[in-house]
Amino acid sequence: MTATSPLYTLKSLSKRYTRGKETVTIFDALDMTIPAGDFIAIMGPSGSGKTTLLNLLGGIDRPSSGEVHFEGARIDTLSQGRLARWRAAHAGFIFQFYNLMPTLTAAQNVELPLLLTRLSGSARKQRVKTALEIVGMGDRARHRPGQLSGGQQQRVAIARAIVADPKVLLADEPTGDLDRTTADEILQTLQLLNAEMGKTIIMVTHDPAAASFAERELHLNKGRFEERGKA
Amino acid sequence: MFKQTTAVTLLNLRSIPQRWGMSLATVLSIALVVGVLLGFMAMASGFRATLDGAGSDDVVIMLRGGAMTEMNSTVSRDEVRLLEAAPGIAASAGGDPLISSELYVVADGLRRASQTRANIALRGISPSGPQLRAQFALVDGRMFEPGAGELVVGQSVQREFDGFGLGETVRLGNNNWTVVGVFSTGGSVFDSEVWTDLGVVQNLYQRGSGVQTVRARLTSPEAITPLRDYVANEPRLNLEVLSERDYFARSAGGTTNLIMVLGWPLAIAMAIGALAGAWNAMYASVDARTRELATLRAIGFGGFPAFIAALAESFVLALVGGLAGVAATWLLFDGITASTLGSGFTQIVFSFAVTPDAALQGVVLAVIVGLLGGFVPALRAARIPLLAVHAS
Repeated sequence: MTATSPLYTLKSLSKRYTRGKETVTIFDALDMTIPAGDFIAIMGPSGSGKTTLLNLLGGIDRPSSGEVHFEGARIDTLSQGRLARWRAAHAGFIFQFYNLMPTLTAAQNVELPLLLTRLSGSARKQRVKTALEIVGMGDRARHRPGQLSGGQQQRVAIARAIVADPKVLLADEPTGDLDRTTADEILQTLQLLNAEMGKTIIMVTHDPAAASFAERELHLNKGRFEERGKA
Repeated sequence: MFKQTTAVTLLNLRSIPQRWGMSLATVLSIALVVGVLLGFMAMASGFRATLDGAGSDDVVIMLRGGAMTEMNSTVSRDEVRLLEAAPGIAASAGGDPLISSELYVVADGLRRASQTRANIALRGISPSGPQLRAQFALVDGRMFEPGAGELVVGQSVQREFDGFGLGETVRLGNNNWTVVGVFSTGGSVFDSEVWTDLGVVQNLYQRGSGVQTVRARLTSPEAITPLRDYVANEPRLNLEVLSERDYFARSAGGTTNLIMVLGWPLAIAMAIGALAGAWNAMYASVDARTRELATLRAIGFGGFPAFIAALAESFVLALVGGLAGVAATWLLFDGITASTLGSGFTQIVFSFAVTPDAALQGVVLAVIVGLLGGFVPALRAARIPLLAVHAS
């Protein structure tokens, strides 16, 4: 696969929810390609389906119809077990509220995805150390989430997302719970991961300042994408 | 899979202190169930141990055929004479057969703790009687004189009843008796009895020359077979020959069964309550960690580790509850003395005994409660929707 070949291809993707007798269409017949190495900010008003799209790309939700292809292989039809293995191998998740395990140290949190691999204990430790150093948290390895600030917790969450060396990072409002300065530091870290490690990053955000860190911005509105040039 | 399961299980167990209130309630409710069950079992075990302790394989007790207890047995003087010549019976140093004809009557005494009247067994025995009781020891005073209104009393009687101090005169029925000695049979049922000379009981209670039972020491436990054959083939004898151990097992069976018939249903009823508690606690635990569990699933963990982890948490809480119940019961009940009405309508003093077997049964019950209570919440943990990763 070349640097510009599509990592994701979405074909006629639709997502509908049923609430009582009413069917709500989030988006319908969405087509899209995301090249490897891209850094996309998906923006849009509340309820436009930004997070739903991220869930479909990450294999934690399934479309009502249409297809999701990753590196040419369809993932939306995989069984639950295969999809779990796909997530473990290819996707790293970054959430708005960090989703760290409160009883584990930073290092133990980061190690979690590696427990799904065949790496030895010492190899896992080395990978964890490297991941924490990349995000600037090497000296906080033994701290528990409760002993860390919001920004530090998000850095640990990013380390957890990259430790298994996934191809894509899926970030849902990664700076939504942080102050501006800390948010910018986190976004610079994401830029670094995109530029220097070649990670494809798909970030959902409602914050234009956060979106400006991405290579391109896609606006999702009324079930349609609109690409806008960066300011 | 093992690494995944271990990691998620450790996560669960480490998070228990975050829900200490609910977890503690589960532990306590299970401890209570185990405590109640063990209380009944300790009672039954103690009662059985008291009777078993009195039973020996090389001592036989002979009763009228069909008589279930000493109270409704009669053995004539002629039958006793025939038994003295029976095979398999050991002889004393003087060459006489080690046989004790015994007559058992009910007297009433004043219980020290409650100051209420309760039945005491007054047993008339032959001179060989003490030698037919394992662990018999005269711990104070002397043996009664044949033909005199003298008593030796078991240690349990002296401890539980008023008026049986050494040298005291006690009134039983219409007669005054002097306590001349205190004996012990190692905590067996005989410690709950008062002994005197057989002839005196026959005379004062107008029982003629008959007795109720004949005890004899065998040359060996196997000698019961020729003795039984002898009794069966002698037309003038209508007796049942039982080893003392079998006799007491039969006597204890009814009471211990009754205790357990009361104990198990009560424990099971409480276990159902505790099961609901465990269920509730585990649901709360799974709910509290919905986002964590969903995050693990999103990372790539399977549902099975979450299922096992939730079950392990429930198992650990139940195990702690079970062990706490065993410890509390052992501290509170083990060795305490109680008395109950025995098959001879007299009080039998016994000690509660929390046995390892009972403790194991209590812990097993606790674990069953834990696993059943945790099963459905564990299924729920395994099926947490992935979209819960976004829960705030």
